[in-house]
Amino acid sequence: MNVNQTFHRWKTAILYVILSLMMIGLAGRLVYLMIYRSAYYTAKAEDLHLRERTIKAARGRILDRNGTVLADNRTVCTISVIHNQIKEPEETIAVLCRELELSEEEVRKKVEKRSSREVIATNVEKALGDKIRSCQLAGVKVDEDYKRYYPYDSLASKVLGFTGGDNQGVIGLEVKYEEFLKGTNGTILTLADAAGVELKDGREERIEPQAGKDLLTSLDVNIQQYAQQLAYETMEKKNAKGVSILVMNPQNGEIFALVNVPEFNLNTPFVLDQNLVSESAQQKALQETAEGMDAQERRNRMWRNSCVSDTYEPGSTFKVITAAAGLEAGVVALEDRFSCPGFRIVEDRKIRCHKVGGHGAENFLQGMMNSCNPVLIDVGQRLGVDEYYQYFEQFDLKGKTGIDIPGEASTIMHKKEAMGPVELATVSFGQSFQITPVQLVATVSSIINGGKRVTPHFGVEAKSSDGTWMHQFSYPVGKEILSAETSAKMRYILEQVVSEGSGKKAAIEGYRIGGKTATSEKLPRSRKKYISSFIGFAPADNPQVIALITIDEPEGIYYGGTIAAPVIADLFRNILPILGIQESANSG
Amino acid sequence: MAKQQEPGNGHSEAERRQRAARRPPDNIRQLDNRRSPGRQPPQHNPSSEGKSSSGRPSAPERANSKRPASNRSSEMVRQQTAAGRPQGARVKYPVKRSPAVMPHKDEGGDRQNKKEGKTRRFYDYSLLFTIIFLTVFGLVMIYSSSSYSAQLRYHDAGYFMKRQGVIALGSFVLMLIVSKIDYHFYAKFVYLAYGASYLLMALAMWSPLGVEVNGKKRWLKLGPGIQIQPTELVKIALILLIAVVITQMGTKINEFSSLLKIAALALPLAVMVAMNNLSSGIIILGITFVMCFVASKLHWPFIVCTGAAAAVFAFAGPLATALEKIGLLQGYQLRRIHVWLDPEAFPQDGGYQVLQGLYAIGSGGLVGKGLGESIQKLGFVPEAQNDMVFSIICEELGIFGAISVILIFLFMIYRFMLIASNAPDLFGAMLVVGVMGHIGIQVILNIAVVTNTIPNTGITLPFISYGGTSVLFLMMEMGMVLSVSNRIKLQK
Repeated sequence: MNVNQTFHRWKTAILYVILSLMMIGLAGRLVYLMIYRSAYYTAKAEDLHLRERTIKAARGRILDRNGTVLADNRTVCTISVIHNQIKEPEETIAVLCRELELSEEEVRKKVEKRSSREVIATNVEKALGDKIRSCQLAGVKVDEDYKRYYPYDSLASKVLGFTGGDNQGVIGLEVKYEEFLKGTNGTILTLADAAGVELKDGREERIEPQAGKDLLTSLDVNIQQYAQQLAYETMEKKNAKGVSILVMNPQNGEIFALVNVPEFNLNTPFVLDQNLVSESAQQKALQETAEGMDAQERRNRMWRNSCVSDTYEPGSTFKVITAAAGLEAGVVALEDRFSCPGFRIVEDRKIRCHKVGGHGAENFLQGMMNSCNPVLIDVGQRLGVDEYYQYFEQFDLKGKTGIDIPGEASTIMHKKEAMGPVELATVSFGQSFQITPVQLVATVSSIINGGKRVTPHFGVEAKSSDGTWMHQFSYPVGKEILSAETSAKMRYILEQVVSEGSGKKAAIEGYRIGGKTATSEKLPRSRKKYISSFIGFAPADNPQVIALITIDEPEGIYYGGTIAAPVIADLFRNILPILGIQESANSG
Repeated sequence: MAKQQEPGNGHSEAERRQRAARRPPDNIRQLDNRRSPGRQPPQHNPSSEGKSSSGRPSAPERANSKRPASNRSSEMVRQQTAAGRPQGARVKYPVKRSPAVMPHKDEGGDRQNKKEGKTRRFYDYSLLFTIIFLTVFGLVMIYSSSSYSAQLRYHDAGYFMKRQGVIALGSFVLMLIVSKIDYHFYAKFVYLAYGASYLLMALAMWSPLGVEVNGKKRWLKLGPGIQIQPTELVKIALILLIAVVITQMGTKINEFSSLLKIAALALPLAVMVAMNNLSSGIIILGITFVMCFVASKLHWPFIVCTGAAAAVFAFAGPLATALEKIGLLQGYQLRRIHVWLDPEAFPQDGGYQVLQGLYAIGSGGLVGKGLGESIQKLGFVPEAQNDMVFSIICEELGIFGAISVILIFLFMIYRFMLIASNAPDLFGAMLVVGVMGHIGIQVILNIAVVTNTIPNTGITLPFISYGGTSVLFLMMEMGMVLSVSNRIKLQK
């Protein structure tokens, strides 16, 4: 009777056991997933849920050699409204209009716009931002942000450079030392749903940003300011298109000042035509506008650091190099006699001296003091193309100096095979090839400092603001390019140039100054436009500072000895005490 | 419940009369009676010690356990001993009916029967409370998992929960009514329901009434705003049909050809369902398989089938590749297999849902994030209130919550087993076994899908997942099970 029933019961029980076992198996799988794999899946899920918001890192400051801040960060605020969080729209509009001095219409439009977030104002001063925040208006967000700030406005603008929208360097040191300055952004991690909307009361994690490293430079604010002042004065007085002054330590290549006027205000780097103190510069700007030049192209020109990025024919200042090569090679001595009829014929060319009647009979030293072209042509011819070219390369004139600013231009020089006696003659007194002003300063420094090649530079060290981290920059110094003996001779010659020769106007009472003038004719020669320049150093027996001034297209008297040398004299008179260089007893 | 007792009985009374007049129940009984001599008498199990000893003596034992030896009518004895097998059905009804007139106020043992104080009906309140608990827990989880997306989409966080709540409440009332109707009543409609299943499936698939969602025609539009999934009806119809067929077959079920006959009944429907809803097709086959397994004394077909299924499961990857090559498997189905084997290799297409579910489960850990604290439900797990609701349970309630849910389902299935074992006749037993198979398989498949134990296929978690049709027909099934339980006689 019951067999069948018992049988069914038995089978039902088996079914139950089987189903139970399967469920227990699944429970086991759950244990595996939820306990043993929990960490893995939790991490994966977290990854999915966390939304990142970046906290900008403060950019490192740029300091001068005395610790004066040249580039800093300012906390600014962004004021924005979130429509559906606003509770009292009228009050919100009123407060925002009053505090931010905006038109009611404009603010109303933004407040009443149905959007997730509407920005009302950016770069608001922190004090004002704090004030608005303290009003505690629902739906009004005050976000803090860093903005680069340059306390000296246009000072050394083309050296320091400025930063772009993402706080990244755009030109100058800001670009070159980006990796040290920029720091590491922090993040705020918040939970968000699948659409990326942040959750209310969601957990929030902060990874603090790491501020960038401060950059300590070799610049000296006082020297830079004084050089800039002189440059502007000269530019205005001579109605020049621009004036550059480079002041450097010839012993190690540290640059004290690099002025390229007209400078531009680093806090408003996109405004064109700033500081056009001379009429010719204004006319040039008008002409460029009239020609319909692109605004960005004009900005690029404005930002250009002509001492580093532009080449020019150095003219007579380059005679220093020719003289050094001649002396080093032994093809000429200070007392060697020369004769200048006012020209020299090289092959079929008649190359003139700047003094039409000629200097007559003179020795080599006098030739240098007179800046006599035929004397230097002779020295060049004595060396010959091969040897001259060898010295040109030995002095590291062919490449770049390695200055720590982006955009350095290379020397433009004849190919050795293309150099004949005529080319050699013109090169000997600084024509028919082009170098950058910084290259000239670097090479002359090497010649007068005892023969060690220096690398011009600004960056000295990078360090964290709390002093726990430091990195000293090193530059290749000390490559012997000239004998100490020749170097001493060159110092002597150049001191004579200032004390009794063409550079007389650079002399300062109580100091031994060395230097060389130059007046280069710009191409094409027919325009009769010049670059007047003077390179000077002090003290002449042990140079601690070297300065080069170039005046672009001066009007009226354009001789370097007349207009450039006095500026350097003025500069040295003021900066030598700053640099701690004592007046020498036996000044000449 | 007590209130419904009398109308229910009235109904049953009427039924009885109907049954006396009409064919199908008589038919069943006659069949049973016809078969019973061949099956039931002891001589059929000749002196096999285990069987004869377990056969006969067990009856008094059980009788003893259920009621103290007091005045029992011969009919009562027969009925008791025949409980769970159809043979007794014939004599059972009259007996049942007479005491059934008595009102049952309470399940408490001290309930007094006016006419026969010793007999009372069983009603499985444990199962009832399990159903209530699961449904209410389901509503909580639906709210938890859907409130965020419902707020976004309908601006009403409770949208899904409210809809489900209303349907669940209505279905619950329906279930109570069904549970008070004699389950033999439904046997009359099995062929009608079987035919209707074909019709509705065909309508959903090929008529304009069918609604296509995500490329699958699973819905049938009955009126404005009313859509049902015919597959849910198919499941319940099939359970009833197979229960009837097995009952009619009697001992023939032990023959392999009978199993084939049943398979022939179920297979076309299963294939039709599987065309748009593979998982429902599998469940339908699974129910048939389980019911045959319990009914039949044959073992080898089931062992062979199980072995084959295990082999397919074990070698799914290579097998699927081979099947795809010969064109038996669609490309998207093969990809599903690959997704299953390595979901993280397909984070965007195909693997997304599974992977998000695994993230949810894995991030639940030991105690979970707390009710309502799931983050994966915030749009990461697509339609978290549907098939993937179990993953949200895991995330919010942790391994403890998840295993508790499994234990509740296990308890529910345990109740089914008890009811099936004590069912007054084979038809009732098979009915409950079918429901047991349905719930068990669906729960297992759902959890297996969510935990990526098997390839992804859309399948809901009974009572908990959102879905009106599902809860309606589940409640009907529960009503039938309760109805079977209500036919179990207890004796004092």
